[in-house]
Amino acid sequence: MIRVRVQVADFDLKEETDALLAAAAEAGAVASFLGVVRSTAARPIAALTLEHYPAMTQPALEAIAAEAQRRFDLLGCTVIHRVGRLLPGARIVLVLAAARHRQAALDGTGYLIDWLKTGAPFWKSEELPDGTTRWVEAREEDAEASARW
Amino acid sequence: MTKPVTILYFAWVRERVGAGEEEVTLPQGVDTVAALVAWLRGRSPGHDAAFASPALVRAAVNQVFARQDTAVGAGDEVAFFPPVTGG
Repeated sequence: MIRVRVQVADFDLKEETDALLAAAAEAGAVASFLGVVRSTAARPIAALTLEHYPAMTQPALEAIAAEAQRRFDLLGCTVIHRVGRLLPGARIVLVLAAARHRQAALDGTGYLIDWLKTGAPFWKSEELPDGTTRWVEAREEDAEASARW
Repeated sequence: MTKPVTILYFAWVRERVGAGEEEVTLPQGVDTVAALVAWLRGRSPGHDAAFASPALVRAAVNQVFARQDTAVGAGDEVAFFPPVTGG
């Protein structure tokens, strides 16, 4: 089962894991990736705002999830991406992949997070402590990470 | 009357254009993403600034990632945006 959601609200890791397992009866493993809004001493931010292209986001994420499911023979996967204004430390993205064995679950999770960074229409804007904002630039490493699959 | 094309702009492309959405009727000969970009640049200084570095602007036609030579026509939804930064 593929579950893809784009939402403003926070999500609950345990609830999502339970829901995935309930629909993946033969699973022996669930791997997860939880992305968090980062602010560091060297590069502090006050907030992160995520914009997206609603009509395209859902189908783009569903296509990525369907490809992950097919490639790694997943029993199910979950992708939840938050949008709107988020504070440092906030959960921003969740990927879960259920499989019969650990390697498929881990690989499926890696594939999903790498591809959703480069293949889904989201844009991040950072709000700095002085109130100015700047758009986050795409990183070459992210394109390389999704290309390795 | 020809159906208009809906153009959407996101992130800093939207900020430079000064609007998130507009409807345009394409002149004859504007039938690819590249031709549309060239034509849009003439609409305002903001449009021109948004497409000043064409390599930095990505496009989607009808919600699917597109290339410079992807066809566009009446009734399509064409979106322009910077490289994506989700996750």
